[in-house]
Amino acid sequence: MVKVIVDGIPVDVPNGSSVLQACEKAGKEIPRFCYHEKLSVAGNCRMCMVEVVGSRKPLVSSCTQPVMNGIEIRTDSEMVRAARRSTIELLLINHPLDCPICDQGGECDLQDQTLGYGRDCSRFRDKKRAVTDKYLGPLVRTVMTRCIQCTRCVRFMNEIAGTAELGGIYRGTNLEITPYLEQAIYSELSGNLIDVCPVGALTAKPTAFRFRSWELKNTDSIDVVDALGTNITLQVRGSEVLRILPRRNDDVNEFWLSDKGRFSLDGLKRRRLDRPWIRQNGKLVESNWDDALQFVVDKLKSSKKERIGAIAGNLCDVESMFALKNLINKLGSDNLDCRQDSAYYDTSYRGHYVFNSTLNGIDEADALLIIGSFPRQESPVLNARIRKRWLSLTEQFPIAFIGEFLDNLTYKVDNLGDDPTLIHDLLQNKLLFNETLNNAKKPMIILGHGALIRNDAKIIFEKTLALAQKIGAISDDWNGFNILHHAASRVGGLDIEFYPKNKSLDTISMLEKGNIDLLWLLDADEIDLTQLSADCFVIYQGHHGDRSAERADIILPGATYTEKSGTYVNTEGRIQRSFRAVFPPGDAKEDWQIISLIAQSMNIELPYTNIYELRGCLAKTYPVFKSMGVDKNKMCSSIKNSEKNIKKQPLRSIISDYFLTNSISRASLTMQECSKARHANLTTKAAE
Amino acid sequence: MSENKMNIQPTDFTFDKESEKQIALVLAKYPKARKASAVIPLLYIVQDQMKRLTKSAWIPKIAMSVIAKRLEIAPIRVFEIATFYTMFNLEPIGQYHLQVCGTTPCWLRGSDDIVAACKKATGIKEYGETSKDGLFTLSEVECLGACANAPILQVDRDYYEDMDGQKTIELIEALKRGEKLTPGSAINRKSSEPVSQKQSLPENLRTK
Ligand code: SF4
Ligand code: FES
Ligand code: FES
Repeated sequence: MVKVIVDGIPVDVPNGSSVLQACEKAGKEIPRFCYHEKLSVAGNCRMCMVEVVGSRKPLVSSCTQPVMNGIEIRTDSEMVRAARRSTIELLLINHPLDCPICDQGGECDLQDQTLGYGRDCSRFRDKKRAVTDKYLGPLVRTVMTRCIQCTRCVRFMNEIAGTAELGGIYRGTNLEITPYLEQAIYSELSGNLIDVCPVGALTAKPTAFRFRSWELKNTDSIDVVDALGTNITLQVRGSEVLRILPRRNDDVNEFWLSDKGRFSLDGLKRRRLDRPWIRQNGKLVESNWDDALQFVVDKLKSSKKERIGAIAGNLCDVESMFALKNLINKLGSDNLDCRQDSAYYDTSYRGHYVFNSTLNGIDEADALLIIGSFPRQESPVLNARIRKRWLSLTEQFPIAFIGEFLDNLTYKVDNLGDDPTLIHDLLQNKLLFNETLNNAKKPMIILGHGALIRNDAKIIFEKTLALAQKIGAISDDWNGFNILHHAASRVGGLDIEFYPKNKSLDTISMLEKGNIDLLWLLDADEIDLTQLSADCFVIYQGHHGDRSAERADIILPGATYTEKSGTYVNTEGRIQRSFRAVFPPGDAKEDWQIISLIAQSMNIELPYTNIYELRGCLAKTYPVFKSMGVDKNKMCSSIKNSEKNIKKQPLRSIISDYFLTNSISRASLTMQECSKARHANLTTKAAE
Repeated sequence: MSENKMNIQPTDFTFDKESEKQIALVLAKYPKARKASAVIPLLYIVQDQMKRLTKSAWIPKIAMSVIAKRLEIAPIRVFEIATFYTMFNLEPIGQYHLQVCGTTPCWLRGSDDIVAACKKATGIKEYGETSKDGLFTLSEVECLGACANAPILQVDRDYYEDMDGQKTIELIEALKRGEKLTPGSAINRKSSEPVSQKQSLPENLRTK
């Protein structure tokens, strides 16, 4: 620890901190453009100047200056103010000052800091430079004349996204930020460029000129496009979500959000189911709640209880799954499944189906083995965390990969191939990578759904767990055994046991011909309904007229994640809650309410009448839900290593098109455009 | 690189034998993990190869991708460096690159005359132009670090020192005939010793 004095306030900061950090600790605001907490320090904007008292060169850029014991810093002396005024004046020389037509207006660092620290008028009378705009794809709009060359975007692409496509070309006054090729940026994290850019050079293309930042109201929420549980803020004007921004949470997503999570938002308004529909004479016709409820009740009453089934999709909140489970159970059936992909999980211990290391744990790990997962597509933000670990040069971070290698993972891996029987070799200490694993103090294994949805998933799972035990990945203070989920609802579904027990039917058997008479789909769109018998009655409860709604006999319009308060459990097993930002459109209702209405109409008593009681009941039944956050999870200490062998059939990725994995993103024009641009990208790449 | 000239960009580039030889020598100088450091020498190698094969020393964009692949870095990093240094030509130039130093010492010693002579002998009107016969491109450069022998005219990699208008015209006419004059001082002085009387280390002191 080092003691420094900031404006007379003594603070202790760790050795190697920057002066800027010390000033922040003392509660002083230091203006900045190029410095970003999660990026490398560039020190090129000179806005963060402070005065070091008694130094030969008293004005220093605080972001680059390391602290020294006992130094005294002034953040508000006349010298500092003059320096800031000059910096702003210089930056404004080539800035177009087009704030009235700039989307960043109102949340622009340059605007704010000019107001706070700049001169009150301009002395510049000469010509300004202009820079041609660049094409960065369907998500990021550029007005490069506004760029102040802080290079945050370049550093973000280089360091976090890991696809170094942006750079600064030419020099001096001619310096321009540009991509190497005039093509859509090939990244799943490109939307974050808009956040890191302190000015209006990089703004959101899909929502250009749609709103001003001060018109928006914020609601805390949780992203559902993947299972990371990215903390987000929904920004709303009137009844429309106009923007989705990441909300900082250093334990989960840090500052970042995936492009799908950020820009699927136009999908929230398209193809929506806003009233009940009932199939009559083969055609779906508009209806109302009274008729629809009556219809469902009649059908439920007339169906045999063991021939009723329910499948929950990937976007569901825990509350609605819990309500549905209660209802179906009360009807006398246990044909429930939250696994649309029929993945195998060992649910005997919670630690067997979550990401035990936690995201923070990635920062500590010293070796990684990825099996049957392609994290860049399944969870781009988690992938960035792995890259961050890999980049931190303090220690080596060797990574091996078994699975379908789609493209650049943004870190170097030892690609062992897509043959899952390599796990046998690892167990027998036959591979070179064994040595790495054995030497590692905190080895990590990520097992993905490319492996878990196979027929031999149980064997793969048990062998992988055995491997984890063998290499010492599971000990008292470290758990390196991880399942990487892709469905936001999955861990929650498993936690509330939304899966069949004993002889009850699972997804596959429910979808087989003639096994059930009534199938209730809660937001389940990623299943194949073609095998279902024609006379099976399908209730589709969901928000989008997507794949499953076409087959439905009745449609009960539900709410998207922005329209209800819900609990979600991320891949780590972290329990998080979102809040409602807007009301569901038209006649649509929150999902647990629909279920509770049906229960009432059938005179079935569910032990709750509002969401709070429901949550109370949930926590009583499943104590993990007692508190938010993540806990250490139990693991079995003596799992038996399966006798059987893994099949030699290659592992396949579970995602065919990153941008179109759920009903919301499939309805989004932006995501469709991204998917097209990605295809074009890949074709030119293949042609090279 | 201006957009309208993009169509002159070739669609592929491969190093020839000669370049490969030079690359091997360059790469040997750096540790394997640090081979990205070889980017500037490799850019020169490309430029030289282009000169050898097409008589025009420049770096096509596709060659930057080739360098990037060889050094295992992102192509944008090569692009950044190639655009940063004015020594790299990003568009085709004439067979001879006339680079006149216009910085103060050379200017005081008459660089304006050299520029005028270059323009007269080649027909070029402005800096950056290439002569109609495709032989010459004229550029203004900053201090070449040879001020003691000012003014300097650099032709490709060679320095012609102590120049004046007349000598410039002679030099250019010789180049047109395909002859190459010996680089160095045009007034036959030895390296950068004083033109007249030596002021330091006179012979009598040296012998002592
Ligand atoms: S585009 Fe934005 S982030 Fe990038 S250098 Fe310019 S101002 Fe900085
Ligand atoms: S923030 Fe310190 S120089 Fe830019
Ligand atoms: S000024 Fe011309 S070489 Fe230095």
